[in-house]
Amino acid sequence: MRVTQGTFSFLPDLTDDQIKAQVGYCQRNGWAVNIEFTDDPHPRNTYWEMWGQPMFDLKDPAAVMYELAECRKVYGGRAYIRLSAFDATAGWESLRLSFITDRPAEEPGFALAREEADGRSIRYTTRAYAADKPTGERY
Amino acid sequence: MNVIAPKTQRTGRYDAGVMKYKEMGYFDLDYQPKDTDILACFRITPQDGVDADEAAAAVAGESSTATWTVVWTDRLTACDKYRAKCYRVDPVPGTPGQYFAFIAYDLELFEANSIVNLSASIIGNVFGFKPLKALRLEDMRLPIAYVKTYDGPATGIVVERERLDKFGRPLLGATVKPKLGLSGRNYGRVVYEALKGGLDFTKDDENINSQNFMHWRDRFLYCMEAVNRAQAATGEVKGTYLNVSAGDMEQIYERAEFAKSLGSTIIMIDLVIGYSAIQSISKWARRNDMILHLHRAGHSTYTRQKTHGVSFRVIAKWMRLAGVDHIHAGTVVGKLEGDPATTKGYYDICREQFNPQALQNGLFFDQDWGGMRKVMPVASGGIHAGQMHLLLHHLGEDCIMQFGGGTIGHPMGIAAGATANRVALEAMILARNEGRDYLAEGPDILAAAARRCTPLAQALEVWKDVTFDYASTDTPDFAPTLTVS
Repeated sequence: MRVTQGTFSFLPDLTDDQIKAQVGYCQRNGWAVNIEFTDDPHPRNTYWEMWGQPMFDLKDPAAVMYELAECRKVYGGRAYIRLSAFDATAGWESLRLSFITDRPAEEPGFALAREEADGRSIRYTTRAYAADKPTGERY
Repeated sequence: MNVIAPKTQRTGRYDAGVMKYKEMGYFDLDYQPKDTDILACFRITPQDGVDADEAAAAVAGESSTATWTVVWTDRLTACDKYRAKCYRVDPVPGTPGQYFAFIAYDLELFEANSIVNLSASIIGNVFGFKPLKALRLEDMRLPIAYVKTYDGPATGIVVERERLDKFGRPLLGATVKPKLGLSGRNYGRVVYEALKGGLDFTKDDENINSQNFMHWRDRFLYCMEAVNRAQAATGEVKGTYLNVSAGDMEQIYERAEFAKSLGSTIIMIDLVIGYSAIQSISKWARRNDMILHLHRAGHSTYTRQKTHGVSFRVIAKWMRLAGVDHIHAGTVVGKLEGDPATTKGYYDICREQFNPQALQNGLFFDQDWGGMRKVMPVASGGIHAGQMHLLLHHLGEDCIMQFGGGTIGHPMGIAAGATANRVALEAMILARNEGRDYLAEGPDILAAAARRCTPLAQALEVWKDVTFDYASTDTPDFAPTLTVS
């Protein structure tokens, strides 16, 4: 399967040039680009690990691409990596863009567990198959 | 017994009898509206022979303290404070016989936090007033002191995006079709296919409640099975707007509680449940972390014709105060009424923190929303993937695009239809962010994406000639260059 979180998951994986263009768009808007990674792709896993601090005040996409390359050296193929762009404007103060740049070689997907409850209700639990193993050994 | 009345002392204003509204204190062109006044702009069409100023004064009178004749009991009140005042009358450009009447209301005329109270005054008796052929409430300025008495949207655009973990693109939805007749089991199939294929949301239609072909509990249970299956299949948060509208508030709460117990992220209501019910369910949604979708069922009966009724921009303002998170606000290019300039006005009301006066978009006043959360506008009705560049251009990024027929009617099935829409959208956002002229290059961008996505190629082929190119009835009265001081 293919995890389709993020803004561009239905397109073919972005090339570095395409990623760089998106970073430039974020920087022109004054947003801080952040690199994050995880080996727990649960849809409600909000807090991916941060690769350093969000890159406030940067104007050069190349600096972000350098950090992405450094992150890939450690986690490439073993985790999901995403770029997000943070907008500190009053009334927003949240992300403006968030897209996956790297995926593990294999994406085994999720199991859906059902617990039958009263009145035909079912309590659902989504669990990543990869999460059966300890973090760091999943992909 | 004979009552001997004292000889009437004709001292003027408070003599028994009928006098002109203009002379009763409801018309004052020198009045300077206070920052705390509620302002309204009405389009008035006086009966033949009725003076425009007198008609405007009558609207001010009948929407505040006046009745048809002088009453001495006015003198037991600080009556001048409670009288609305028409402070300006302008002829409608290019439309003889119609006038814009601007009326100011003192803030003390209104109860806090009650759309019912506001609307009972402003659109109460006055709309049936005989000396007018027609009357339309065009816009209102709600002072910040009044705005702050409302909670506003339970969730708002930013927190909705955070909860769903979806940023940087419009959300995608579809209304399940056919809107009537599907059993719960079949209905859930449509939900599952559409969400698995790439949509973020599916939606009950406005008249899906609890009929013999599908009771509400059945629908909720099958829909949540579909939502959870699709989440597991994609690793993405998904949702379906479960319509909790019902005949009474007790049933609305019961259905909302059940949706919550099943883990739904969102419920929906229809505009026809009424303003009090909307404010009540908004409070419930705030207590229960639930996104609240409003389907504007019924609005066209009074918003569409320019001469009489209430403009949708007023309804949009009231609904932001009342606290809905989503509101249908037009597509521009789809099958339902919606001139581009007028629709932009509605979207700005939903999404901005300050609306400057913009006559070309039908916004007659500055409107300050303070920090009130933003409402996600929803574009629904007769739109398809081939229009993606136009939709993004007209509607922007913070909206929900709902492709009902444009998903379910895909020749290769519902999931393929959903995928076509999602690929078209992501390709357009990618191109826009890269700095391309996506509006001009839109068809090329879609064609390039379709070369790698068969469902999109099929969607573009099937719907290539579909447009709804009819003249709008509700259009702005001012050209973009014209300004009024």
